[in-house]
Amino acid sequence: MDPFYPLQIFVNWLVYSLFSLEQGSVIGGAINFFIYDSIKILILLAVIIFAVSYIRTYLAPEKVKKLLSRKFEFIGNMIASTIGIFTPFCSCSAVPLFIGLVESGVPLGVTFSYLIAAPLINEIAAALLWGLFGWKVALLYIASGWVISVVAGFILGKMHLEKYVEDYVYKIKMKQGLKAQKKLQKERISESLGETKSIIRKVFLYLLIGIAIGAFIHGYAPENLLTNIAGKGNWFAVPIAVLIGVPLYSNAAGMIPIVSSLIEKGLPLGTALAFMMAVTALSLPEAIILRKVMKLKLLIIYFTIVALGIIFIGYLFNWIL
Amino acid sequence: MKIKILGSGCPNCKVLEANTKKAVEDMKIKADIEKVTDIAKIMEYGVMSTPALVVNEKVVSYGRVLSPEEIKKFLK
Repeated sequence: MDPFYPLQIFVNWLVYSLFSLEQGSVIGGAINFFIYDSIKILILLAVIIFAVSYIRTYLAPEKVKKLLSRKFEFIGNMIASTIGIFTPFCSCSAVPLFIGLVESGVPLGVTFSYLIAAPLINEIAAALLWGLFGWKVALLYIASGWVISVVAGFILGKMHLEKYVEDYVYKIKMKQGLKAQKKLQKERISESLGETKSIIRKVFLYLLIGIAIGAFIHGYAPENLLTNIAGKGNWFAVPIAVLIGVPLYSNAAGMIPIVSSLIEKGLPLGTALAFMMAVTALSLPEAIILRKVMKLKLLIIYFTIVALGIIFIGYLFNWIL
Repeated sequence: MKIKILGSGCPNCKVLEANTKKAVEDMKIKADIEKVTDIAKIMEYGVMSTPALVVNEKVVSYGRVLSPEEIKKFLK
């Protein structure tokens, strides 16, 4: 049974009895959709962000470094991508992390796997996909993001791009033996709770706006709005969706509810998935920050390979689903 | 006492700096607070997650924004 069934009953009662909107009317449907989705997604977000933050307290960068050094390629790529699922891309830590990994002898390709997975597989996006499309789509998103990170990192590693890392990175010598900070169970939980609150506070407004626009599209937009312009028959739809996604960074919370309504109106799931991945993984601020440690050529190669991977996933899902 | 805040200038680092200043004022101790933003220098301390707090050249905390109360423990 759908665990959110009681919530739907409650929202039905709220909208159709308390607000006395007519059942089956467009406005009633849109408001019902808006309230139900908002509450459901907020619950899922809180639970998932808390769980991921808690796991993350065990994956401090200093520990990640230890886990990844002296690992063979490919297995290293797989471990790095897995760790990347639980860690976000944070503008504060991307550069020190990159330098730290390279300095401790983690192969460049393995470092890239981690660097790709961290923003690409985003827990906020996963929670929203779960809420709006069900757990299968959420799992599909995580699994395909993981495959892109492993393969793209492996390819980048094989291209021997070490010379395109900024030279000063190799000159940095880190002091060794910084002790891992011991954390009590109580600290881990309070840290995760704090993280959950701060993320929800940050995305709350975007989320509500996104769901409101989604509810509007759900209620008012014609059924086959996108079937012709962005349907499976249009081969350019996937790359264009990826291009549109690039400038929309950090707004995954607002974009996904809108995209979910567009799928009802004929946007294929693969195209939608590619778009969402582009929103989270290919961002301009990320590029600017990484430019500090990578020469332009490497940055371009890196972004191109990730973009190609995302486009490939888009086509693949349009084809199999 | 020499205190250093390591961080590349992200919002968290500024909060840590403000909290450190508050802790120092509350305890009425003499301390030099220096902000280290150069990434190469930050890395030399072995720190990979910023912001970090360094007291007398020893890394006492990293990857967390400490509250003034928590900072006081390291300044005793």
